[in-house]
Amino acid sequence: MTAGTGEPVKDGAPEAPGPRTLARRRRRASAARFWREYRTHRAGLVGLAALALFALVALTAPLTVGSDVSSVTGAPGQPLETPSGEFWLGTDRFGRDLLGLVVWGSRVSLLVGLLAAALCVAIGTLVGITAGHFKGAYATVVMRITDWFLVMPTLVLAIALATVMSRSLGTVVLAIGVTSWPTTARLVRAQTLAVEARPYIERARALGGGHRHIMVRHVLPNVMPLVLAQTTLMISSSILAEATLAFLGLGDPTVVSWGGLLQDAREAGSVSSGNWSYLVPPGLAIAGVALAFTLCGRAVESVLNPRLGVAR
Amino acid sequence: MTAEAPLTAAVEAAAPAVPGPRARTTTRYLRYGAGKVAGAAVSLFAVLVTGFFLFRLIPGDPVKTMTGGRPVSAEQLDSYRREFGLDLPLWQQFTEYCGKALTGDLGTSYQFHTPVVDKISEALPNTLILTGTAFVLYTLLGIVLGTRSAWRHGGLGDRLNTGLALTLYSVPSFWLGLLLIIVFSVGIGPVPGLFPTGGMESGGEEGFAHVLDVAHHLVLPVVTLVAVEYGQTLLVARSALLDEMGGDYLTTARAKGLRDDQVRRRHAVPNALLPTVTLVFVNLGRTVAGVILVETVFSWPGLGGLFYQGLSVPDLPLVQGLFLFFAGTVIVMNTLADLVYPLLDPRVGR
Repeated sequence: MTAGTGEPVKDGAPEAPGPRTLARRRRRASAARFWREYRTHRAGLVGLAALALFALVALTAPLTVGSDVSSVTGAPGQPLETPSGEFWLGTDRFGRDLLGLVVWGSRVSLLVGLLAAALCVAIGTLVGITAGHFKGAYATVVMRITDWFLVMPTLVLAIALATVMSRSLGTVVLAIGVTSWPTTARLVRAQTLAVEARPYIERARALGGGHRHIMVRHVLPNVMPLVLAQTTLMISSSILAEATLAFLGLGDPTVVSWGGLLQDAREAGSVSSGNWSYLVPPGLAIAGVALAFTLCGRAVESVLNPRLGVAR
Repeated sequence: MTAEAPLTAAVEAAAPAVPGPRARTTTRYLRYGAGKVAGAAVSLFAVLVTGFFLFRLIPGDPVKTMTGGRPVSAEQLDSYRREFGLDLPLWQQFTEYCGKALTGDLGTSYQFHTPVVDKISEALPNTLILTGTAFVLYTLLGIVLGTRSAWRHGGLGDRLNTGLALTLYSVPSFWLGLLLIIVFSVGIGPVPGLFPTGGMESGGEEGFAHVLDVAHHLVLPVVTLVAVEYGQTLLVARSALLDEMGGDYLTTARAKGLRDDQVRRRHAVPNALLPTVTLVFVNLGRTVAGVILVETVFSWPGLGGLFYQGLSVPDLPLVQGLFLFFAGTVIVMNTLADLVYPLLDPRVGR
């Protein structure tokens, strides 16, 4: 929290290190302090380990399964096979290896989740900092818009956007990103107001710092930890939203994602035939990733803001 | 207030223009209420505008989408354009659309060839049965479990409760619904199907048997909705009560000799309830999403299922109408909640 651009270096100490070195040292110290605190949250560690596993699976997917796992024409098995030695989770309705598809689908689900969360947090941070910094009419209008988006049924809006735009991953990212930023904006604005009340902002202003300088060099570093926690939580809900859109048939039909696999399973009639081995793996993967990000986000949040006591 | 009363009476006698405390409170409440209502009106108008422009972003000709690629003569296309008002300039389309929406005309569905409003009013009661039941259950469950969890925070019960809530919160509702259908409707192995796979009634029953039948169909969808939604209420109620736990008034209550249970129920929980209820209403938008998915999965003949039917065509007037309806309802509910709070809690809106 104390990371920020430094005070001028006090003289007197022999070979005083430059301001850069000081800032770097301070940042390293605060990162170490953060990690020491984070380690005490067991749920956070579990979430982090699960995330590392999911990231490893997604990144090594081209080596382990290869992109031709999603090809319909070269499917290796018969449609809807039950789990066997060759296909550990059975096959899907086109005869493709379900395990391979779930592994390959992790790439799309994680990518869309990360991008949508990044977009949403970027919008939220921009809106939050500017609304907290420039008070007056601008802030009033912007916060009204934020409140409007906050109560809006997000998914309905995202569905409407995805319906009217072409079916692609970009559409899904955009639809999730532009509908889910208001929580972040509110949090960042509150934090910005708190930061701007501190004396060093007044000092920076007295020394001639402009709006841009204050927002970027002083406020932004101080809201970053909060933004980090918020991003982690947003990724979780973005992955869920992506799966939902794909399940409703609004995703990119040319790529394999977990939500799309569930839609395939439903269309193949695996519900009425009781074929649970087709349905369970993709859903479990979605829930696992979403839970892992939520656990990490809550741990980060409670390290940064112990008063909330969320994970205690 | 009582101590002030003689003083204010004296002031009132001296200067009758100055309103008394009660009148002042009423004026303040009216001003607060008027602000909220005006804000809601602006929000509703914004929904209207969004609905209009969102559904005119569509690439291509809506009339061609409507005819679904069938070979249609140019005159027929023209007559469709006239019928849906698509031959007018944009601003005229907009004013016409606003006027119609305000008088309750949301256009005609492409696929059913009936007014969208009729479809909505047909499906609304079914959705209200499902959502209402689930809403009451998950709010109660969330508050009861959340406050218990916070009261003994850090204990085994708290950790189990929070863990379960977080897990269910991360589960996609449609997936949970599908799994419940497999386990409890289709049946796994020796277990027979206990509940119907979907729909709202088997048909043929009258009177009380019909009510029982609907309730039987209601079980799985409600369980799904409650399971994915109660976690949020639980977490909010838990942190709201944790915020109250350090309060001096709780120490006072204990010092009076009240039992622990009484301190919780009579003193701590009522104070934690208000922020919880606020967030329950703000989160209504999320519930709408849950309803769409659950109704789709369980083929419940409600608004959510209708929305899904509209999406797959795409039946734009239907999707647009439902968008307006969902967004409008959420805004109106939130405003009603805003108007009721100050009557429940004197700290709000004064």
